[in-house]
Amino acid sequence: MKPSTRRRLFRGVLYAIFIAAVAAVVLLADWQAIQTNFLNPEVFSEQFPAIITTAAKNTVVYTVIAFIGGLLLGLTLALMKLSPVAPYRWVATIYIELFRGLPALLVIFGFAFAIPIAFQWRPPGGTAGAGLIALIIVSAAYMAETIRAGIEAVPAGQREAARSLGMNPGWTMVSVVLPQAVRIVTPPLTNELVILIKDTSLLFIAGMALSQRELTTFARDGVSQYANATPLVAAALMYLIITLPLTQLVARLEKRNNRSR
Amino acid sequence: MTEQSLRQDAPAIEVKDLCKNFGSNEVLKGIDFHVNQGEVVCVIGPSGSGKSTLLRCVNRLEEPTSGTILVEGVDITDPETDLDKIRTRIGMVFQQFNLFPHLNVLGNLTLAQQRAKRRGKAEAMDVARKNLEKVGLANRENAYPAQLSGGQQQRVAIARALSMNPDMMLFDEPTSALDPELVGDVLAVMRQLADEGMTMMVVTHEMGFAREVGDRVVFMDGGVVVEQGKPEDVLGNPQNERTKAFLSKVL
Repeated sequence: MKPSTRRRLFRGVLYAIFIAAVAAVVLLADWQAIQTNFLNPEVFSEQFPAIITTAAKNTVVYTVIAFIGGLLLGLTLALMKLSPVAPYRWVATIYIELFRGLPALLVIFGFAFAIPIAFQWRPPGGTAGAGLIALIIVSAAYMAETIRAGIEAVPAGQREAARSLGMNPGWTMVSVVLPQAVRIVTPPLTNELVILIKDTSLLFIAGMALSQRELTTFARDGVSQYANATPLVAAALMYLIITLPLTQLVARLEKRNNRSR
Repeated sequence: MTEQSLRQDAPAIEVKDLCKNFGSNEVLKGIDFHVNQGEVVCVIGPSGSGKSTLLRCVNRLEEPTSGTILVEGVDITDPETDLDKIRTRIGMVFQQFNLFPHLNVLGNLTLAQQRAKRRGKAEAMDVARKNLEKVGLANRENAYPAQLSGGQQQRVAIARALSMNPDMMLFDEPTSALDPELVGDVLAVMRQLADEGMTMMVVTHEMGFAREVGDRVVFMDGGVVVEQGKPEDVLGNPQNERTKAFLSKVL
């Protein structure tokens, strides 16, 4: 057999397997059950408008708060980890290793229930607010490592050039190193943002008032209420509507950054 | 004589018994070296001879292990010395240019003027434009470094250093990263600076430049100054065997 014939034959087999698999799924799936349980039009339309005005809105608000909080705390930790003062480095290292090593769900649970009871602390926004603080604390640990790596990726010559022009360490960091680090960390931080959007679903464990519900909590309540899984599909759709444009936007930003480099 | 005028008479750079170790590696082994005001000193030598380390010690990008370094009579190894202030008087040009890639040419030239010299924006722009004109790039003030050739980038880097109105300039192999056809433009700018009386310390492999522009050539090898003197003497009639061996390879 000629090599070209063998290649064509092999590719034909791959296509055949694919078509067989699709046919099997189509023929074997219980379309009636899927439609009534997951794609019930009445239940679906019942989700609106609250799924947007309350649930999706809260998901976005929680994400933004957690991201900005995590970014500020993460930047502080990254600078501490690069500090010439050893105790700052120790504290940052312990913090980062601790919170990257723990499940976010456990930290949220601890902040929402254990810490308020132990210290007689009334968290702002109730248990959901406490959960959000936990999310900030966890995401800061991840972002700190990303930011530190970004700062260290700026070539040493940049810092040397700035210092040799007489700029002090503070201005060197703010005007020369950080602006370049921002470009380096934009893609990984966006991943962080997308992960955070999905991690706001963990807040369901904190328990929420009706007006505080984010998408996952909202969908869970819907599933119980209608004894039907369609609310989950609606919530999934909302998540995708939020996350997909975001990843597209970042791809475009990166391209623009690369051009100006 | 007042202290101020003493400093005016002091050499621009005076290095005494300078040693620098990187771990157990002794890179500089007791260097005595000076550059007088208005003098152009070219430092040559094989790679690994310590010439770049010596230059980087002069504005303390490298921390000396021992010895003293006086810049215009001020001991920069003294912990009480305001390094940032001294550095505004010492222009530095790097082998890899080290322009700030996130700023355009004008931004590169005005940043340190505003941050370190506390000049206003308008004044900083004026100074920047004058220096851009001097290096022949007045028409590229809005370009980003990535849009410039290596030779243009290095000339911007020179203009950036000049914009601080330094008393002296340090050049660390300024043409070594350039394509051969771009070397000439950069050397021309440096020659012009020398003609204007700028004090210059130039670590270089450009023997032609050292011969024509240098007031003095210093040959280093193995972390010591082996031989120094007028360019025509050191390059044309070297006395030391190591100088002869080096020059026979590069000339």
